[in-house]
This record gives sequence, structure tokens and C-alpha cells, in this order.
Amino acid sequence: MKSPTTEFQTFTLHVNGVERSVAIEARVSLLDALRDHLGLPGTKKGCDQGACGACTVLVDGERINSCLALAIQYQGREIITIEGLEQAGHLDPMQLAFIDEDGFQCGYCTPGQICSAVGMLDELRSGMPSAVTKNGVDSIELTEAELRERMSGNLCRCGAYVGIRDAIQQVYGAMKP
Amino acid sequence: MNNFTYTTATDARSALKLLSESPDRNAARFLAGGTNMVDLMREGIEQPQSLVDITRLPLAEVEELPDGGVRIGAMVRNSHLAAHRFIRTKYLLLSQAILMGASAQLRNMATTGGNLMQRTRCYYFYDRAAACNKRVPGSGCDAIEGFNRIHAILGTSPRCIATHPSDMCVALAALDASVNVLGPSGERRVAFADFHRLPGETPEVDTNLLPGELVTSIDLPALSSGLPSAYRKVRDRASYAFALVSVAAALTVKEGVISDVRLALGGVAHKPWRARVAEQSLRGSAPTPENFMKAAAAELEPAIPRRDNAFKIELAKRTIALVLSELSADDGGPR
Repeated sequence: MKSPTTEFQTFTLHVNGVERSVAIEARVSLLDALRDHLGLPGTKKGCDQGACGACTVLVDGERINSCLALAIQYQGREIITIEGLEQAGHLDPMQLAFIDEDGFQCGYCTPGQICSAVGMLDELRSGMPSAVTKNGVDSIELTEAELRERMSGNLCRCGAYVGIRDAIQQVYGAMKP
Repeated sequence: MNNFTYTTATDARSALKLLSESPDRNAARFLAGGTNMVDLMREGIEQPQSLVDITRLPLAEVEELPDGGVRIGAMVRNSHLAAHRFIRTKYLLLSQAILMGASAQLRNMATTGGNLMQRTRCYYFYDRAAACNKRVPGSGCDAIEGFNRIHAILGTSPRCIATHPSDMCVALAALDASVNVLGPSGERRVAFADFHRLPGETPEVDTNLLPGELVTSIDLPALSSGLPSAYRKVRDRASYAFALVSVAAALTVKEGVISDVRLALGGVAHKPWRARVAEQSLRGSAPTPENFMKAAAAELEPAIPRRDNAFKIELAKRTIALVLSELSADDGGPR
């Protein structure tokens, strides 16, 4: 596939279960494609340089920073944004827990926090270690140290971390066998 | 960000071909996870006219080799490599180093090959209003007389005191990795120590890759099973920060004598710094705190401090001694 420099590219992105066509330049980030071209402004632009995590979305179930992703690279991948977490009108348990535990103040980092937390719990379930995981353990417990380390890619300048932590622990506690 | 031509390669040879067919080969780049390249493009530091997307190359496997070593495909993502059971079991320091770098989101995007190709996070390199020989050759270095707390103390030149930002690469340096590359004239293998460069007269050149060459995989030689190894990173906050100083080490003690030691430092030089002087001093000696400190002091002897980074010399010595002390007390069992 070749794309001349100045032309808009027409391609398809699979977002929140729907095939969406976009006509954009190759330099457009996935973040900007979602917000400005697909009418999905839930994903937020904070630093635009991969430092704050406000732009976190799920791609094939894994959390990434959409600001450092070129949209054109993500054809054929399954992208889930904050708008796509609810199912049949019911909020995702993580969304409900953030409301329940007051996991925000201004709310700007919240979509990134929630998408990141959903991806993080999947990583934990799959046995992904973190920098604080002891070697040789079979199942990883979400201790305070694990939670802090695993969520360090999402900043909250209001400092709502206590509520964010409690929300994630609530969902984790409910999913444990 | 300037616009560019975007193409997708399906195998390594087609990637090379697409790169060579770019109108201006000097302005053509491979694009992998994008965590560094897209950032540099947005800042105007990189202004490629052509990008060849290599994320779909079939180089995403971690393969055990017949000699007990392992081959890591260049497109294996950092998170997958860190979690890989064989890596976790045999090369714990590599897994630890990766997990101490960046954030979970970035590790899910970043690739093994891309990690090697990362550019420095020197503030002056990123600031287009500043003088930087790495960004604009011959323009000078504002870091040398500037705010240089994060900068290099070993192997610097009057032209550049930038550091290499990678944690993973420090572990690879300690592990005697080799880098397999494919270029216009075929395949070759580069010892990890020869992959990255010291700044010298040409700080704009980060690696010894030749024009048009692509990293395809990294090989790690076999390590004796259960060899105690560790990665220790010292930074300004507990997570998600670049190293001020880091230490990758593996240590074998037999009958009270150090029979094998691997030691590499991060955050102190333009490349991952293999501490061969310290290794030499330690081999055959007793694993005592005094010997660890003596070896560390010998390694740091040629260090050149700048206004704000003299603390790194003492920090590096103490971190080396601490990690080696912990390893010598380790029975090699699970930690």
C-alpha cells in the first residue's frame, strides 16, 4: 500500500465494534482520528507525548497511548474507547466503581484512567508481571504496591488517586474467585 | 508534524526495498511502535519524508535456540518480552529492566528493535531553540554549561554529554547480546557492545548501523541456570521516570571466589555502559563489600562531572556495590 504525501488516505478503523471509514492524512494520530474525525471525544488529549495517559484506549484488549499511535497503523485492529466500554446501555463495572468511589475531581483524566484500569486487570489475570512482582509467583495479587506501579502511566493532576485506587480495588475484589 | 509517505512492509526484505525506493533515502525511516519516533516527529526533531511501517513483519517471536540461548524478534513488544516465561526464568534481569522502563501503555506499544533505536531524552536535544550537536551537527552543546543533572559522566566528548535512555539495553549489554541486522548487502551480526556509539566527534550518529540496515532480532547466549541477576534503577520517582543511574548485574561465586560477573550501567553514558574495568577487578576475588566498592571506584575513576551531575559518580559506585552485595547473598532461588 502506498500513500502519496499530500493526499488524504481513506481507510477503515474498527472502533467500539463498528467499522468506521476515515479520510485523513497519514500523520493524524489515533487520538485525533477518534476525537476529531470519528466524533468520539471521550478519549482525552493531555500531554500529547505519552507522558500522562489521558489518551489511553484498548487495542486488541491491550492498553496503549493513542497520542503516540498513527491512526493509519491501526487498520484491522480492534479499538475500544471509553464510549465503547458500556454494553447494551449498562456501564462497565469499572465505570460504576469510579462513580461509586468518587474516582475523579475534574474528570479529564478519567476516560484514560478507566480504560487503563480495565486493561491493567486483564494484564494481571494473564500473569503479566510488573516491576514490583516477585519472581516465581503463580498468581499475582493486586497489592497496593502492584496497583500503584501498574497505574503509573496515568496521571491525575487533581490528585484523585485515593478514589481511583479504591474504584479499581472494588472491581478487582468483585472479580476474584 | 510534517506529512510523509506511508507504506507498510510485510517482510524484512520488502521493508528494505520500500526504504530504498523512497525519494530521499536520508529522509526515510522505519516506523515500529512509534513511542519515540512519533514523539520526535511531533517535536520536529525527526522530519521524515517517508515512513515504512514494520510492525507487521513476521519478527514477533521469542525462540529458544539449540545452544540454550534465545532469539528475540525485533517486533516482539516490550511487555510480551518481559512476561515471557523463558526470559523470566533464565534472564530475570532483562525482564526487570524492561518492566522498570516507561509505563504499561508504552511497553504494550514499544518493540525490541525500537528500544535499541531510541534517541536521547536530553532536554537540549528536544529543544529546537537550543544548541545541540546531536540534532544540528556543529551547532554546539548547551547541556555542557547548562542544567545537566541527568547527563553523562562516562565516555563523554566536548561535543555531547547526552545519555542513552533505555533500561532494556543496559540488561542486553550485561548479557553479551548480539544484534542481527539485515541490510542492502545482506545479513550481519553485531556484538551489542559495538551497536551503540560514544559521541566523539559525531554525536549525531547514535549507532553503528549502516544506511538502510534493519534490526531483525537480538540473540542472547545461554546463561548458567539460576545465575543470580538483577536490575536496579535509581530515579527521581518510584515509577515511570528515566534512570539517574541503573545497574544490570549477574554474579557467580564458586568456593568463595567470583568466577563470573557481568556488570553494565545505565544513565551514565551515551551508550549502555559495560563496566569491564570493574568486572576485571572482581574476577577471581572474594565477594566482599570492600572489593565491590573498590571495583566500582575503578570503573568510575575516569568519570567527568559537570555542574549538576557529580552526584552520579557516588550514586553509581554505591548502587554497583549494593546490587553485587545482594547478588552474592542470593542462593539463585526464586525472588
